Amino acid sequence: MTTPAALKRIADTIWELPMSYKEGMLVPARIFASEKLVKEMDAGVFEQVCNVATLPGIQRYAYCMPDGHWGYGFPIGGLAAMDPGSGVISPGGIGFDINCGMRLVLTNLSAEEVLPRLHHLVDRLFARIPTGVGCHGFVKLKQDEFRQVAEQGSRWCLKHAYATHEDLEMTEEGGCFSGADASDVSVKAVERGFNQLGTLGSGNHYCEIQVVQPHNIMDAERAEAFGLTMVPNQVVIMFHCGSRGFGHQVATDYLKLFLGVMERKYGIKIRDRELACAPFHSPEGQSYFSAMKCAVNMAFANRQVILHRIREVFSDVFHKSPEELAMRMVYDVAHNTAKLERHTVNGRVKELLVHRKGSTRAFGPGAQGIPKCYDKTGQPVIIGGSMETGSYLLAGMSSGADAFFTTAHGSGRTMSRHEAKKQFRGDKLQHDMEQRGIYVRTDSFGGLAEEAGAAYKDIDEVVLTTELAGLSKRVARLVPIGNIKG
Amino acid sequence: MPYEFRGDIAHADIAFDASGSTLEELFSAAAEATLKVMAEDPTAVRPTETVRVSLAEESLEMLLFEFLNELIFYKDARRLLLRPQWLEIGSEGVDSYQLQAALQGEEIDACRHQLDTDVKAVTMLRLSVHQVPGGWQATVVLDV
Repeated sequence: MTTPAALKRIADTIWELPMSYKEGMLVPARIFASEKLVKEMDAGVFEQVCNVATLPGIQRYAYCMPDGHWGYGFPIGGLAAMDPGSGVISPGGIGFDINCGMRLVLTNLSAEEVLPRLHHLVDRLFARIPTGVGCHGFVKLKQDEFRQVAEQGSRWCLKHAYATHEDLEMTEEGGCFSGADASDVSVKAVERGFNQLGTLGSGNHYCEIQVVQPHNIMDAERAEAFGLTMVPNQVVIMFHCGSRGFGHQVATDYLKLFLGVMERKYGIKIRDRELACAPFHSPEGQSYFSAMKCAVNMAFANRQVILHRIREVFSDVFHKSPEELAMRMVYDVAHNTAKLERHTVNGRVKELLVHRKGSTRAFGPGAQGIPKCYDKTGQPVIIGGSMETGSYLLAGMSSGADAFFTTAHGSGRTMSRHEAKKQFRGDKLQHDMEQRGIYVRTDSFGGLAEEAGAAYKDIDEVVLTTELAGLSKRVARLVPIGNIKG
Repeated sequence: MPYEFRGDIAHADIAFDASGSTLEELFSAAAEATLKVMAEDPTAVRPTETVRVSLAEESLEMLLFEFLNELIFYKDARRLLLRPQWLEIGSEGVDSYQLQAALQGEEIDACRHQLDTDVKAVTMLRLSVHQVPGGWQATVVLDV
């Protein structure tokens, strides 16, 4: 790839495009990347991060994380903090899959205990967690009940015995963004999503069985604090999914609404229709913020009921209760959200509307809003790699303030889905992965081919870059042995 | 088929160009491409259910956006894979377009349809509908 001539290296892992790079930029654009990663980034990243820099109210910089790649509106790996008083809210800065996120769950089982039953375990997970195109969930709700889920998130799950108090404590924002009002959500969004609670989806959504090998622990103290050192070769479960059709429809509805009012009513001109936005304090902006929170809450609840089912499956297969198997959550992190947070800008603490699209909040030690037990370590950050190459658990760092305490969210693609499908065959990939000790179940060989490891950036390079940039510290590398995907 | 998938736009999404000698053919081709993203074998989708759609938008691009979103909506809400059996597009002036369609298809059958990738949404990225010699062409990027 060719990087823009104006791209200037500020530090080993920080690159900048000045305000003069594109007309209308209100702040410079900053990209966190190693030299290798920045060279791999497609032209769309530079174009899109500079478009973000033109949005009203943006503070300090428009950012892109080391896993950044070409998206729609914001690049994937995008971050922008707006002054809520003068700034906008943009669905394109959050994404269609609102609160797509990651959850990591412990067990006290070792790989040696799991491997003899791995096929049975993965087959049972695949049978009991709905995956793939248009799947309906295992939690059957009426539309009014679903609206309660949208307003209460994981709290609804607690009331209905799908969650423990500790699960909520280990979820960003306690598993519920307050201020979600289901009357801001269309009938169509509810119709699309009310039967999808308890579904994984497809694409890059998955549930993976992973092993913490002792030689892959990089920070022993934090690994112990996060519960990764109960037994050698400890087995953990990582899964990735979001708000399903409900969130997709909320984003679609408001994208269209904002396109209609942005210029006509508010005189805002933008470079890319996917950046359609409205003033945060406008009726439309507030209505979207509330609807977005409903989708965020649905996604938290979706991951929570899936966790409940994972616990049931493990319990059945290993003939022990989830408590006996120590199936506690490490944490749940959201990728695609906008949140009001307090950050320091020009020496003053102020409230900002932080858009994260394909990026992860990474609060450091002592930060408000993280569980007390992580006060000394910083917030756990879960970064999923490709299904072939492994994933990481990291921790937020005190040095992350420059990027509003935000880090990467995954490997980031380097190859289009179309190209990956041409290069790889899903059935062969499944066979090859099994030879390498990773048992995969899927409904879609085409979808599997799209997720081949070679279609992604080098996860080791991405997470190392986040550490060198002071965004998140590596705690342990997690190696996959089983995976279900849609 | 009068559509072609592209690998040069937005790597995490799915982009395609569609074409047709009429607007109706163009929209049908775009619908077929969307169906193909979700089902490896769209020919296996049988016309057992019919859904009627009526849309009005200020531009052809928004009309296509909304039309494809209807297909995505029914995929989630009723687990239906659909394609237009009949479709008519009209206009009143330069900023008013209407679409009437009968969509036909059937409930998702994971084995028979060889499911592929779930489509989340139609994006505005590079979305275009324009006249070309001999007909119409569109570019669409789907979020998956």
